Amino acid sequence: MAALAIEVSDLHKSYGPLDAVRGVSFTVERGEVFGLLGPNGAGKTTTVEILEGYRHRSRGDVRVLGHDPERRERRWQERIGIVLQSCGFHPMITVREAVEHFGKAYPSPRDPRETIELVGLEGKAGARTKELSGGQRRRLDLALALVGDPELIFLDEPTTGFDPAARRTAWAVIRRLKELGKTVLLTTHYLDEAQSLSDRVAIIKDGAIVAEGPPGELGAERPRYRVSYTANGKRVEHETEDPTELLHRLTGEALARGLRLEGLQVSRPTLEDVYLQLTTEDERA
Amino acid sequence: MAWAQFRLERRLFWRSPTAAFFNFVLPLLLLVLVASVFSSDAKELDVLVPGIAGMSVMATTFNALAFNLTALRELGILKRVQGTPMPAASYLAGLLGSAVANAFVQIALVVVIGHLAYGVDWPHNWAALAGFTALGVTCFGSLGIAFSHAIPSSDAAPAYVNAVFLPVIFISGVFYSSDDLPAFLDGVARALPLKHVIDGLSGAIVGGSVDMAGAAGVVVAWTALGVLLAVRGFRWE
Repeated sequence: MAALAIEVSDLHKSYGPLDAVRGVSFTVERGEVFGLLGPNGAGKTTTVEILEGYRHRSRGDVRVLGHDPERRERRWQERIGIVLQSCGFHPMITVREAVEHFGKAYPSPRDPRETIELVGLEGKAGARTKELSGGQRRRLDLALALVGDPELIFLDEPTTGFDPAARRTAWAVIRRLKELGKTVLLTTHYLDEAQSLSDRVAIIKDGAIVAEGPPGELGAERPRYRVSYTANGKRVEHETEDPTELLHRLTGEALARGLRLEGLQVSRPTLEDVYLQLTTEDERA
Repeated sequence: MAWAQFRLERRLFWRSPTAAFFNFVLPLLLLVLVASVFSSDAKELDVLVPGIAGMSVMATTFNALAFNLTALRELGILKRVQGTPMPAASYLAGLLGSAVANAFVQIALVVVIGHLAYGVDWPHNWAALAGFTALGVTCFGSLGIAFSHAIPSSDAAPAYVNAVFLPVIFISGVFYSSDDLPAFLDGVARALPLKHVIDGLSGAIVGGSVDMAGAAGVVVAWTALGVLLAVRGFRWE
């Protein structure tokens, strides 16, 4: 079995004159949760839909579980689960019926009841989908993606519209998938979600990847630490690669003069800082 | 898988009372109303019963599938199905099968009510009735799927479907014999499949001098076109 679940190299997709994706490359290892981040219209969904087999690429090479998704082989489709960004249900079908019915399409499905419990819909199993709230519908989306017991799961903005409690529940489900050894490709525009769930993230902007790596190490080429304090009623900020030396100097000077460094803080840029820096560069230039 | 899809569709069909109403009650209501007006005239009834039967074939397959597929596409259900290993052919066969089941139920209701309430004879040739119903549903089913590709949204679907359905039933001899039509309209009706489905049903139910082979030929030609367009133009989203 190949070690890589997803390999994308130099992927291009144009819609007429519009280049939606221009030269995206990344790999996802088996068992990894990989986050794809980016502003709306950056090319996230186009990229994911090519990997899912919905769209044809214009150029480049794509392998998903060792297969070319464009060929949409049935054996391959049995091994992936898809949560699309927006996708409906028959209004009259019940949660249990939907999960049972979609399970029939797979050779070795999960137990429908267990799948419904996994996403936390056991209280709604007999409800028709038209009676479900937005968050509950999203959880049913997830159940339908999981009922075939796939190796690789695509989640396109799975928690959009969730209240904070429902998001925590969904995160617990995604962590559980990782524990089960599943590979997850997650797109989201919630940065805390990407940070807390992903082993690695890629930030995509204008159809190209601008940064890639573990969420904590992203933007490593930029100053890694921010040291700030208040002096004479004014906030002073320094950015540095080596906070030890800087702190030694600052505290030494302060002690020598008998001053206090009020509100001294050492922080590392969050994923959000890196993200905003990378995705809004044009506007600031 | 097609069988599982068919059974699910049957169950869901009965959960939408309005759909059931339009499928079964409306054509019967028309049969009863028009028949009550002309009930003294057995000749009129011999036109009306096959006419309503033909209209039912079109309504339960062409109209129903054009509506359904447009809604399924708009709701994203087709796209969801496309992302699973469920074969597209099985899925569509399940949908089509459900429409066909409705058509057969409807034809049976029309024939039984025609006989019991209005004294129309039992069908002259049961095998031909089943055969022509099967031909008609395949033809209008494929045309309904093909037509759904042209319908932009669920909101627009009733207008699109009725723009085809209403003129076609009026010129194809559903309510009265189409022999009295102006030559131009008669020509149009003869080019379209419904008149030939009704002719075939009339030959099966009433008997008489109907060119069954000729009627079947036109219906088969439309079926071929319908299947071609249904497959070629299929849009998942």
